[in-house]
Amino acid sequence: MNVSSTIGVLALQGAFAAHLDLLTSLDVVGRPVRLPSDLEGLDGLILPGGESTTMSNLLRSYDLLGPLSEFISAGHPVFGTCAGMILLSDRILDGRADQIALKSIDIVVRRNGYGRQVDSFETDIDVDGFDSAFHAVFIRAPRIEEVGPDVDVLARHEGVPVLVRQGTVMAASFHPELTNDDRIHRLFADMVRDASSSGVTSRDQVR
Amino acid sequence: MSATSSSVGSIPVKRGLAEMLKGGVIMDVVTPEQAKIAEDAGACAVMALERVPADIRRDGGVARMSDPEMIEGIQAAVSIPVMAKARIGHFVEAQILQSLGVDFIDESEVLTPADEAHHIDKFKFVVPFVCGATNLGEALRRISEGACMIRSKGEAGTGNVVEAVRHLRSILGDIRRIGTADSAELFDWAKKLQAPLTLIQEIAETGKLPVPLFCAGGLATPADAALAMQLGAEAVFVGSGIFKSDHPAPRAKAIVEATTHFDNPDILAKVSRGLGAPMTGIGMDEINQRYAERGW
Repeated sequence: MNVSSTIGVLALQGAFAAHLDLLTSLDVVGRPVRLPSDLEGLDGLILPGGESTTMSNLLRSYDLLGPLSEFISAGHPVFGTCAGMILLSDRILDGRADQIALKSIDIVVRRNGYGRQVDSFETDIDVDGFDSAFHAVFIRAPRIEEVGPDVDVLARHEGVPVLVRQGTVMAASFHPELTNDDRIHRLFADMVRDASSSGVTSRDQVR
Repeated sequence: MSATSSSVGSIPVKRGLAEMLKGGVIMDVVTPEQAKIAEDAGACAVMALERVPADIRRDGGVARMSDPEMIEGIQAAVSIPVMAKARIGHFVEAQILQSLGVDFIDESEVLTPADEAHHIDKFKFVVPFVCGATNLGEALRRISEGACMIRSKGEAGTGNVVEAVRHLRSILGDIRRIGTADSAELFDWAKKLQAPLTLIQEIAETGKLPVPLFCAGGLATPADAALAMQLGAEAVFVGSGIFKSDHPAPRAKAIVEATTHFDNPDILAKVSRGLGAPMTGIGMDEINQRYAERGW
């Protein structure tokens, strides 16, 4: 039987609705995550764009930090876009001192590294394994400054990595949820399906 | 395929920032110190201005764009997006704000209008614009001029949520009604709302406004913010409501949490506790100037 996966979208603030809409169009069950209990039974999680400081505050105030780290280290796939990538990174440059870096992927990112909104842009990028270019929208985007040796770079823009993956963690500087192209979300849904079928499931998951 | 061409200031890029602000609270601030308090409390953006609407209302006179020095001070103080207001129709104020690198311009009825017939041609700008609206027709006229976000106007500087609710209900009610109209009726809707037919048809198809819909004007408590969100707003602006209250920092934080957990009454009860007095507020029959009537 083909059981469809359930993918959560962190819905504290930001572009979570656009991710949920895209998941629905892929026949994946999407669920907003605002409290620790919302993580139960999820196969994967998307950390959307938005304001990383706002999300950091709300992650702390509602005791989501521990459960979120456990969820990721249990091997559940996660995908962070923009602010979500900042949260997943190993180190943040130009961030606030109290900003959260979950250290889930070995990258160093510079907050607003591509400038203010007047510098925000859209462009075509080549993604590993895609047979045509992917149209990417960058909004006050974080810039990946360093990638560790175990990180795969799946796409670059002007030589700088913009889509990266290490094990079950994927991160993008841009916003695949803002275009009608669902290929990157399908890539993530496949990661989630592979992880579930290879038995990487957390204690709380009922199968 | 143009593999390397990139473009700034396109509609997806401008609407994209509005998408990123969803589920958040945009707070009016008049000093870098207030901006820090707002950022610490979890604001997703700040609106830099010289006087909050309650003070503009009290002082009277002509309200204009803020001093660039003051806006730059706030930009330097925080890492979150900084918005600023231009007068309705005052495209030169907007040019100045774009040159300062503000992240969003609010063509706002809270300032004294500079043009009684024309709003700014917002397509000419790289920076995105938000405009106020009291009804769907007004919202769609602003979108057809290039606005990338609509906020229901409410009545700024009153601490009274009644007008915000009226405007939100009017906009969302008409969107629902258009959703059930047949194709012939859409022509009549376009005529009635004095709005472009193509936008009416888009709403009929998608069931929502083409750009994010936020709520503003008179919100003063966590419950007000949650009310706006439950009615269908996608984020909220809080102006005088925070820094005209007794304890701005905890109130700001509570309003942020209420906006995220807008449909969870237990959390709303928890965050509403012990915040001190909200801004006093005024009834609609006590004011002589309705800002919402500015713009058309």
